[in-house]
Amino acid sequence: MNIESFIEKLAAEFEEVEPDTLKPDTNFRDLDDWSSMYALIVIALIDTEYDVRIKGEDLSKIETVQELYDLVENRKN
Amino acid sequence: MAQFSIDNVAVKGIASAVPANTESNWDYDLLTEKERRLLIKTTGVEFRRRAKKGLTTSDLCFEAAEKLLNELQWNREEISLLVFVSQSSDYYLPATAVILQDRLGLPKSCMAFDIGLGCSGYVYGLSVVSSLMKTTGVSKALLMVGDVSTATCSYDDKSTYPLFGDAGAVTALELDKSASPMQFSLSSDGSGHEAIMIPHGGARNLASPDSFKKKEVEKGILRSDLHLALNGLDIFDFSIQEVPEAIRTFLEKTATNNETYDYFVMHQANKLMNETIRKKLKIDADKTPYSISKYGNTSSASIPLTIVSELQDEVKNQSLNLLITGFGVGLSLGVASLPLNKICCPTLIEV
Repeated sequence: MNIESFIEKLAAEFEEVEPDTLKPDTNFRDLDDWSSMYALIVIALIDTEYDVRIKGEDLSKIETVQELYDLVENRKN
Repeated sequence: MAQFSIDNVAVKGIASAVPANTESNWDYDLLTEKERRLLIKTTGVEFRRRAKKGLTTSDLCFEAAEKLLNELQWNREEISLLVFVSQSSDYYLPATAVILQDRLGLPKSCMAFDIGLGCSGYVYGLSVVSSLMKTTGVSKALLMVGDVSTATCSYDDKSTYPLFGDAGAVTALELDKSASPMQFSLSSDGSGHEAIMIPHGGARNLASPDSFKKKEVEKGILRSDLHLALNGLDIFDFSIQEVPEAIRTFLEKTATNNETYDYFVMHQANKLMNETIRKKLKIDADKTPYSISKYGNTSSASIPLTIVSELQDEVKNQSLNLLITGFGVGLSLGVASLPLNKICCPTLIEV
């Protein structure tokens, strides 16, 4: 996995978010209308795509796309 | 994990009733247009049935039972067991099942009691009724399930109000030597009991004037301690981890696989959650019916409601083997195989 493909997958799920707004340093909470719905979408995506378990409390501890990517990569290994 | 098999008991009929009053999540004005679109796409809930004040779960179950008993042409004197599974009983006491015994004109020789479970309740209810029939020799029984969840959801709580709908369902069971066995796998995890909870109104926190005060838990979530509180992320995590695991174990222990079953009928909790479970188990999409877009999360009624609304023709005319699973509040989880051989299945009733 690499961060580009990770962002691509996230962006595909975030239909309401404008294309090309997701960057490694994007803070999730800065996205318009970030809500618990997006949290569910992220958890489901990471589980089905990477077979990695992310909990709500994990998401509350991180802010950026890069941090999320690092978390997934750490747990995958 | 409690795992067992009950033979010689057959489901003869399933009926379900919902309130006629429909609400649409497109009209839920606590969310913006964009948020409504995201909510409907993610949870799958577009419409919900909401009981008008005074209409209870037992009223819905009563109407469903009247219809089913008339179509089955059962002699009511022969019904010796009635179990009501709900978390919205008519009264704190007595048990609602006892009131239903009288209201339905069932004999006094009928044993009747309630079980307090929600999303897992249909699977648990089937296991209790079929086991009791098997051990007592009671030949005809009714299992009633459902909830009027909208009565305890705060309109000002976006994390609960748009998700739940009201429904009741009745399943008629009979001792039958030719019946294929029902297999069950049941489990509990009370460490998660706070994830779905109405904290006040029980004996632990008796209702007091404070219980009625609405508090802003976070933006868009305003509720009292007599309202349902839901930690959606914890439930999501439990469901997508534990449910596939429980089903894999069930399949292994029963020496069955995805191909053994005609349909996989899941508790209708949340479309994204259910789809994640389905994909993890590699079960075909066309074997997984959904009624959630029309009725929302209807607690213990969701499995029989989905059978009535999505599989009516097939269960009436064919012999099917269903894999069912109910999971949630408790936390509680049940998986079962449910063979249905050309059952009585009246069209969904509106009350």
